[in-house]
This record gives sequence, C-alpha cells and structure tokens, in this order.
Amino acid sequence: MWWLSLAKASSFAPTQATKIAAEWDSLYQFLLVSSLVACALLIGGMIYFVTKYRRKTNHDKTPYISHNSMLEFIWSFVPLVLFLMMFVWGWSLYYDMRTVPSNAKEVHVYGQQWLWQFEYKNGKKLNNEFVVPVGVPVKLIMTSKDVLHSFYVPSFRIKQDVIPGRYTDLWFQAEKLGEFHVFCTEYCGLDHSKMLAKLKVVPLEEYETWLATTTELTGGPGAQIYNDKGCVACHSLDGSPKVGPSFKGAFGKNSMMDDGTEVKVDENYLRESIVNPNVKTVKGFPKAVMPSFQGQLSEEDLTAIIEFIKNQK
Amino acid sequence: MAAHVQTGKNYINEFAGLKSWLCSLDHKRIGVMYAIAVGIFFLVGGIFALLLRTELFSAGPTIMGANTYNQVMTYHGAVMVFMVIIPGIPAVLGNFFLPLHIGAKDVAFPRLNLLSWYVFMAGSILAISTLFTSKIDTGWTFYTPYSIRTSTATVTMVVAAFIMGISSILTGLNFIATTHTLRAPGMTMGRIPLFVWALYSTSILQVLATPVLGITLLLLVAERTLGIGIFDAALGGDPVLFQHFFWFYSHPAVYIMILPAMGIISEVITTFSRKTIFGYTAIAYSSLGIAAVSFFVWGHHMYVSGQSEIANVIFSALTILVGVPTAIKMFNWTATLYRGSIQFTTPMLYALGFLFLFAIGGVTGIMLALIGLDVHFHDTYFVVAHFHYVMVGGVLMALMSGMFYWLPKMSGKMYQESWARISFVFTFIGFNVTFFPQFILGSMGMPRRYFDYLPMYESLNRISTIGSYMIGFGFVVGLITVIRAIYSGPPAPANPWGGKTLEWTVASPPPHHNFDVEPVITAGPYEYR
Repeated sequence: MWWLSLAKASSFAPTQATKIAAEWDSLYQFLLVSSLVACALLIGGMIYFVTKYRRKTNHDKTPYISHNSMLEFIWSFVPLVLFLMMFVWGWSLYYDMRTVPSNAKEVHVYGQQWLWQFEYKNGKKLNNEFVVPVGVPVKLIMTSKDVLHSFYVPSFRIKQDVIPGRYTDLWFQAEKLGEFHVFCTEYCGLDHSKMLAKLKVVPLEEYETWLATTTELTGGPGAQIYNDKGCVACHSLDGSPKVGPSFKGAFGKNSMMDDGTEVKVDENYLRESIVNPNVKTVKGFPKAVMPSFQGQLSEEDLTAIIEFIKNQK
Repeated sequence: MAAHVQTGKNYINEFAGLKSWLCSLDHKRIGVMYAIAVGIFFLVGGIFALLLRTELFSAGPTIMGANTYNQVMTYHGAVMVFMVIIPGIPAVLGNFFLPLHIGAKDVAFPRLNLLSWYVFMAGSILAISTLFTSKIDTGWTFYTPYSIRTSTATVTMVVAAFIMGISSILTGLNFIATTHTLRAPGMTMGRIPLFVWALYSTSILQVLATPVLGITLLLLVAERTLGIGIFDAALGGDPVLFQHFFWFYSHPAVYIMILPAMGIISEVITTFSRKTIFGYTAIAYSSLGIAAVSFFVWGHHMYVSGQSEIANVIFSALTILVGVPTAIKMFNWTATLYRGSIQFTTPMLYALGFLFLFAIGGVTGIMLALIGLDVHFHDTYFVVAHFHYVMVGGVLMALMSGMFYWLPKMSGKMYQESWARISFVFTFIGFNVTFFPQFILGSMGMPRRYFDYLPMYESLNRISTIGSYMIGFGFVVGLITVIRAIYSGPPAPANPWGGKTLEWTVASPPPHHNFDVEPVITAGPYEYR
C-alpha cells in the first residue's frame, strides 16, 4: 500500500549518510506514527461527535457534564508519560550527537558573509567545498568572521550555529561515499540562500593523497588574498555579476556610480573601494554590503590584490 | 435593556462624529478602533506574505531580487507578529468583551485604555514609516550582530517595537485590574467565562515579559547608536546573549498570542454544542500553567545556538511539559462536543478548524521540543510550517471564529451564513495546502529565510504558493462578508446563538453603559441545564 510509505520517515528525510542519521530517522519514525495515532484519535473523535450529535431541533436537551476526574487524570498522565519517554529518547540521540570520538580528524571552518572556508591541519585551504574520508570521525571547529551563520548537513542530520568571537564544534562520521549539501541555516543577509558548500566523502586512501597534494594557486599572492579574504564570495573572475561587480575587465574602464557620477577604475579607486567600500557604489549593486578591510591588509597585500584585479583582463 | 430598545440608543449611535470615537473612553469603541487598525495591518502583512510566496513559486529570482525578498520577509514577520497577532485578540475582542463578560461598565482604567490605543498606533505608524525610508532586512527577530551592521532602518523599527510593547503592557495591566476589581456581585473567579481566564493569563505574561523585550531593544539601540559593546563580538559583546534576552520575551509572547485564542474556542464550542464546558477548572488552570511554564522554555529556540548542552537538555524537558496542559485543553474541548447539540455555524466551523490545525501544530511541536530531533529541523521549513499551524491555524482561525461569533453583538447586524462558510472553506483548505507541504520541505532539509532554493524543492513550493492564494481569497471573501453585514445585514437579536454568558443578556449592539441594571450572578458561565 503506497500510502503507508508516507508514514515512513525515510520517505521525507534526505539520504541517510551517518549512523546518527539512522538513529534520527528511527526517532522521527516513532514520532510520525504516534502523531498520526494521536491526530486520528483526536480529530476522529471530534468528527465522530460532531456528526453523531448534530443539532436536530432547536430545543435539544443536552446532559450537564461538568467534569470527570478519572478521565481527566488519565488524559493528563498518559501524555505526560509518553512525552517524557520521547524526551529521554531525544536526549540520548543528542548525547550521541555531542559526544565527539577522541580520534576525530579536525578541520577548521570559517563562516563569512556568503562563503564557507575550510582549513586542514597541513594548511590546505578550500572555499565552499571540502573533502573527508569515509568511516572516519571528523570534528569541525568553527567560527565566524562577521555575523551568525549555521552549518547544516541535511544528510547527516546535524547543525550548529557559527558565531563570531568564539568556537563551536560539530562532528560526524560519514558512512556513504558521495557529495552532500551544506547549507547556511542562520539568516545572514543578502546572499544567505547562496551560502552553500559541497562536502565530498571519499575512501581514506584517496583522501590522503588528496590532502597531500597542494594545488598552487595561479596568480601569485593576490590570488591567495582573493581566496582567503573572501573576495571570491561576491566578485567573480568570469564577468558574471554576483553581489558585487566582476573583476574581469574591471580595471581601466569608466564605471557609472549609483549617484550618477562616472568614475575611472584606477589603482586609487580600487584602494578606496577596499578600505572604505561604501563611499562609491557601482550602479545596480546593493549599497553598504561590503565590509571595510581597513587595517586588515598590509600595504603589500593591498598592492597584491590590486595587481591581481588589474590582471583580470 | 427595555429602555434602550425603546430609545434605540446604543454605544454606536449614542454619540456621533469622528471626535466622539477618537476621544472615546468606552472600551467597546476602543475595541472597534483596534479592530479597524489590526484589520488594516493584517491586509498589509498578508500582501507581504503573498509577495513572498509568489517569489518562491519558482527557483531563481522571478518578481524580486534577494535584497527586496529579505525586506519583504522581515516586514511580513514584524507586521504579523507585533501589529496583528499580539494585539489581535486581547485588544480587539478582549477590550470589547472582558467588561461585558464580568458584568462591568468598563475596564478599570478607561483613560489608560485609550492611551494604549494611541501608543499602539504611534508604534505601528513608526514601523510602517520605515517602508518609505531605508527598509529593514534583519528578519523580525533582529538577531545580532547582523542587526547591528546592516545599514537599514533597524533602529526605527526597534524603537517602534519598543513603543508597541508599552501599549501591550498597559493593556495587560488594565485587564488584570479589571478582572480583580470590577466583577459583578456573585461573579467569583470560579464563575468568570474561560475567555476571561485566558485574557487574565495573557495579561500576566504581557506585564511580566514585555519589559524584557523593551530593555533588550534599548540595549540594541544603544549598541547601534553609541557603539557600546553588548551583543557584537567585534565590540567585545556576546551575540548569543541577545537571543537569550529576545526569546525570554518572545517565547512567552507565543502564549500571549495563543492563550486568548484558546479562550475564544472555549466560548464558541460551548455555545454551539449548547452544553456546559467539560472541565472548567482544568481549562482555567491549564491557562495559568501554560503561562507559568512559558517563562522557562525560551532556550528551545536556541538548541543549536551554542548554548551549553546541559541547558539544552533542561530546556527540552521543560518544553515537553507544555505539551501536557495543551493536550488537556484539546481533550476537554473534544469531550465538550460529546452528547452536545452541535450547530455548524461559521464560528463553530472555524473553531473545529482550529482544533484540527492545532492538533497538527501540537504534535509537530512535540517533535521540535525533542532536542535530538530538533537539530535537523531547526531553522528549516519544518519550523515555519509548525509555527504557522499554531499561529495562523490556531490564532487566526480563533480570531475569525470570534469575529463571526461576536459580530452580531458588536455591530448589531447578522452576517450572511453562506458567504461566511465559503470564506471558511477557502481559508481552511488553502491553509493546509500552503503549510502541509512545508513540513515535508523541512524534513527534506530546506532552510527557512531562503530567497532561492535548490531545484529539488520546487514542486512542493509551487503547491504551497497555490495554497497561499486560496487563503488570500478566503480572507477577502470573509472581509467582504463582514463589511456587507455591517452596512446592510439584518438586525441582530440580543442573543442569536443562545449563549449563556452575560454579553448575550444585553441588546445588540450593547448600550453605552453595558448594563442598565448591574447583573447579580448566581451560577457558572455555561449553565445549559
């Protein structure tokens, strides 16, 4: 019977890729079935009563039933016991979610407006994607560079807010190979719904070779800054506009600002746009979105990133 | 009453002119003024809702960009919460019927009552004014540090919410004093209608919880304007602290919304079952019980916020306890139907709709209370669906039920039953079509507050959007039915439904001073013997 499958938790929840996810699915399954029973009793009882006791004449006599202590005790006590059982089950699941195995591999995660950054112990850094080995526990140590974010992997049924000024953590042990979605689930502004990352689960050997190979970024120190400081989140290199204008072909041309003036994109304009981004906004792009990098980049860094932008022809 | 029937004088025609309304100290007129204001804000919030759903009909940008979407999402939430659902039932129906229910001439402090309307209007107009300046995009929860950094009209909106909070406190204070001091002779606390018990519990919450919101919002303003580090980590503050403060108010606020709704349901179900309520004491005390526990469950909004694990477990245990008094009420209402004489008028249909939707909202609430389960659901569409089932399915269904139930009393006119039922059918079915798919979307992991989504979520979003148009249509039909009744409905008798509470003993509409002779009470509120 196809409709029975509707009561199965796994028919709604995403791919079950960890043991925790399987535990979660059993609890959800139990809650779904008990909810269906409770609703059937309550709504069924209500429908039965309203049809059976429809008003027949305008002078219907009804019995005067003010209360029934036994009945009231039962329908207070039985839900209480059921609820407490459910609570304990939920608690034990949470206990497993929060108990990090001591052999977990650590990965650092940085949330920043509309970009996830991942950093491995050997210094390997990635944006919006990361790779973990299958069958090995992984601990994520997370913090935010600006506002609140939340790291959510639906297939693992785990989630944790990422907070500026402190670390939060999350662990999982993937049991399935493949690619999984990572969402940001704490509203963080303009491109909140675009703050997605990809999590790749690969066999251990593949992971180790992958981790050992360092991909040299082409484009020198400027490219490094472009990636690490998160410019990549809003400024593309292929000419497509994202939150901010693309860097491709930006240098040297005249750009229309939102106050109607025309500005030549030269070194000093770029410099101003990095340290004081809200003075001049290019027409058609949202105002006051970019954070200031004043004090965060050395003179050499500034020159490097500006040179990088100049090279995007 | 007889004298008034002869002179034809009532609270509406006793005085004339706009000034007689705007300066009126009559609780009934103030209730009507609230009804007009809340009705307009409901339309505004509803238009925002339809805009959101239209944008979400397809993946990718269609009718608006991400920035506009975030603003519309914020205004939908802020308008509906602060300007519609919180003031809705207490300020409109509570103002009108609390004194009538306890046999009083007016509330304890009529001037304060009028002041609270003006304060509410000032706050609301300030909130709406931000639409015409730089708009706000923080979400109705104003979470820090985003709300401190985003360069929009956050300060104005926060001040507006603060001002509306003052109005809410004044109304609560007034209702508590009224319930304690102005009951008619013989109207003991064990004989007041359950709607009054619900309002009384709500008022306690309004008076005790709202100041915390006020302080929090002022701290936010201080941080934004003076740069004092309270919530922003960059200034040395703690962003999670804001969530604790905010939910310490906003969780009890959920019960500020739902308790009066439950009060209406108790009234409507007894009247249209023509039977006394089952378990008066249990319902009355469960209202107080819910109000008391509601102060200790705010942390369930913060299971993944980074608060301590022990706190999470304790909040989960306390939250699950709220399920018990809520379940008691559901069972009592169902038991009241047993062997009753049930009449399917529009208010009763809305009340039965409430029971249906609140049952679903209730069981999904249990799921969200369980800490391990909530980790996956938190901040997904599952939560959106759950709170719309209790807030819209619960509060708005009850508000519509109450509006149709008391419209004959308030306006002195009967509405047209057939059109009112059409309105019910569309809102009820439309509601389920809109929000049930969102439970599935949430289980699938679709996060809330998303301007755009992955293609796999599209088909359910389409169904949801179509449902929202049905709700919109249902409410428009309902509004037209109410307006038509007021202008051209047939005159209503004093007691069209055979109700037993005191408001049905006076003429429709009631005379200016409510009761010509002070009633003397000798029995409980629902004596259908």
